[in-house]
Amino acid sequence: MIAHSIFFFIFSFVAIIAAVMVTVSKNTVHSVFFLILDFISVSCLFIMIGAEFLGMMMLIVYVGAVAVLFLFVVMMLNVAQQNNPLINSDENFSHIPVGLIISLIIFFELIIVIGGWKFKPDLVTSASLLVDQNVTNTHSIGSVLYTDYIHVFQLSGMILLVAMIGAIVLTFRHRPGLKRQSYFDQISRERVDAVQLIDVERNKGVKIDD
Amino acid sequence: MIDIGLGHYLTLGAIIFTIGIVGIFLNRKNVIVILMSIELILLSVNINFVSFSIFLNDLTGQIFTLFILTVAAAEAAIGLAIIVVYYRNSGTIRVEEIDKLKG
Repeated sequence: MIAHSIFFFIFSFVAIIAAVMVTVSKNTVHSVFFLILDFISVSCLFIMIGAEFLGMMMLIVYVGAVAVLFLFVVMMLNVAQQNNPLINSDENFSHIPVGLIISLIIFFELIIVIGGWKFKPDLVTSASLLVDQNVTNTHSIGSVLYTDYIHVFQLSGMILLVAMIGAIVLTFRHRPGLKRQSYFDQISRERVDAVQLIDVERNKGVKIDD
Repeated sequence: MIDIGLGHYLTLGAIIFTIGIVGIFLNRKNVIVILMSIELILLSVNINFVSFSIFLNDLTGQIFTLFILTVAAAEAAIGLAIIVVYYRNSGTIRVEEIDKLKG
């Protein structure tokens, strides 16, 4: 139990510091790296608490896909050259106190919610999907995901498909100088257009001069 | 050593959520950092779901977290595509210079 609490404090401290560094750091690439660190520490927390499948899924989806996507976009957009000295000179900080006040209000509202949970622990006692302790986490998720939640699962697949098509359509650009394949022209080509049969007279030789 | 309960995980989620909100408010650099702050907020929501799911012995929270992961990935892809298109059209993604809607 002591090891559990020590690891919880280590991972949560790393997660909070990394989250602060994501918003604070000057370089966008460093922000992406701190985001990766944040995801890794939170997935360690998930694995520690007993949700192994989701922890591994966080690693695969976030660190393997989303963070690499962020890195690619940061690399393509060349945000390091975005530093305009004309704008950096007259920076005004009037928005900072408003933002801090609003976020502190949100934080204390969340703390009030947590406090209420602590004072009345039997607030929600109706657990609908009780976890069977004899099987592993991945096994229990899989036995529910493809039976009870199959429609939601397929809908999430549709969401991914729409996101993929949307990203392709958004970033697609037609360049005029480029030679592209025209599938319709290729398929609709007939034999008469391409092949020509010629009767050649035999035993007369070839006149090249004409 | 104190025992780690549900409240600790919820507090961690609240802190990361607040940091994400602060990141959206105080950002002056570029829109990509705002997208990363949104990812932080979704991460804190995931922490809340998973901790409730573990401590209440109910699997529904973990299933929901899986779908939140899917939607977060789709949102990141679409958002980054929009940013790429905007950068191609206007040449900047600084937050201060994006003022075409006169906001």
